Amino acid sequence: MRLRERFIPWLLLAPALAVLAVLFGTSIVYGVAQSLGYLTFIGQRTLTFAAYERILIGPSPIATEFWSSLGFSLWVSAASTLLAAAGALGVAVVATGRREAGPTGIFLLHLNLAVPHLVWAIALSLFLAQSGLLARIAAALGWIATPADFPVLVRDRYGVGIILDYVTKEIPFLTLILLAILRSQPRTYNVIAENLGATAWQRLRYVTFPLVRPGLLAGSLLVFAFIFGAYEVPAILGVRFPRTVAALALDFFLNPDLQQRAEGMAISVIMAMVVVVVAVGGYWLNERQTR
Amino acid sequence: MNVKRANWVVPVRVAFVAGLYGLLLLPIGILFLHAFTARWFYPQLVPQEWSFDPFWRQLTLPGNQEALITSIQVAVATSLVSLCIAYPAARALGTRAFAGRNWVSLLFFIPTVVPPVAMGMGLNILFLRVGLASTFLGVVLVHLVPVLPYTIFTLTSLFARYELQYEYQAVVLGAGRWQIFWMVTLPLVLPGVVVATLFAFLVSWSQYLLTLFIGGGRVLTLPMLLFSAVSGGNPTTIAILSLMFMGPPLVVIAATARYLTAEGGQAQRSQY
Repeated sequence: MRLRERFIPWLLLAPALAVLAVLFGTSIVYGVAQSLGYLTFIGQRTLTFAAYERILIGPSPIATEFWSSLGFSLWVSAASTLLAAAGALGVAVVATGRREAGPTGIFLLHLNLAVPHLVWAIALSLFLAQSGLLARIAAALGWIATPADFPVLVRDRYGVGIILDYVTKEIPFLTLILLAILRSQPRTYNVIAENLGATAWQRLRYVTFPLVRPGLLAGSLLVFAFIFGAYEVPAILGVRFPRTVAALALDFFLNPDLQQRAEGMAISVIMAMVVVVVAVGGYWLNERQTR
Repeated sequence: MNVKRANWVVPVRVAFVAGLYGLLLLPIGILFLHAFTARWFYPQLVPQEWSFDPFWRQLTLPGNQEALITSIQVAVATSLVSLCIAYPAARALGTRAFAGRNWVSLLFFIPTVVPPVAMGMGLNILFLRVGLASTFLGVVLVHLVPVLPYTIFTLTSLFARYELQYEYQAVVLGAGRWQIFWMVTLPLVLPGVVVATLFAFLVSWSQYLLTLFIGGGRVLTLPMLLFSAVSGGNPTTIAILSLMFMGPPLVVIAATARYLTAEGGQAQRSQY
């Protein structure tokens, strides 16, 4: 009987573990093998670090482009995540005040979440482009004479359009996480702090923020990983150079020269490692601060 | 009890909330403006000519309709399969304490942060080899990788708050396995299950790269058409396809709003 009890959870978990082990596990194994040059479809069965060397060690055009892409992706993901986290904290605190967020507000946030990233990026490009709605409003007000006078907000070199997209799309996501945490906490903490004479800022800094920090950090990690690996939004709102590492990897992978798949896979493996390092770092940070 | 506040606090908060609502709705409005115009050139603030024709033309185009149907089929199949696999797993994780539980959670977490580019490239070769590339089944299977972890997490947080005592009560009263499931468990977990299925649907719905890698241009979903419309560059067509792509998720969200506002706050783990 005891043995059976111990066996049951694994029986219940078996289908999920099997599916993920087969699909995710083999994708990792195949990916790493290909990045090491094990390309059976062109009859190559040797294992080398040649692809990694070509990408990482310059000076060569490939290495130069890889490092600038990595920097660009890190910049866009980090900036978007930080701005979205700060924005969500502001929205959750200011918009709800001491009342609970109403069902209408929560419903609207979900509605925003349901709009696919691809569609949101398209809508933003129609809004922010130099001949977009915002530029037309500026022209009607007499602020600009020609579309070229309008600042380049989408398809710009610094990823401003991409960051704007992610910040506006991730604030609702993180806000929902924060509202869920705030709702599950007793409201009396803030009331007590207020009675003890804490100012609004002190209540935010010493009561609300410590309560939501673990959840906010976990949500921010998901957001960072999502943005770092995403392809669609930079494809719509970005430029060809600098482009994100995801776009670079895909470009190598789709190259008719099958030899180049090794480079594409090597970039993917490095991307996955970056995300795992950031996730572990965030987890460690959270553990250390909670103690 | 009520603390006196400066009298600017309320109007500022109202303006802030109104601005946020505007931000949430503005892009949808822009798509509608573009979708129903025949001519709208810079620097006109409003379209010079309104027309319903382009919208109707795109909506009745056989290619677009097929893509819409394929998208719905893939997302529905993925979310149902995912639900069947995730339900027992989540029940184990949420209601039982066993050795290795944290490791299993970590294992399920990893696919949610690994970039789809990396996953798609690896699976591309495997699926080509076993003949699943360019098939409907192959696309559903590859969608399971990002969808399944989210479904498991959503349901796990549901079961973590689940009260097993109700089931024991039913056992004591002589109920059988199926009776317990239909009359006790299901009514209790239904809101959470609906929300988990909804999230699964939405995550699958917005997949582009994984469908591209495995579908190989044979299994055409709406995001594929949308991407080619973007490279085509006609704003009206782009806006109409965007609305077609955005419509079903909004309908599904609206239909399940009552479960979401009750349950979604607790279960919010995914974005799409």
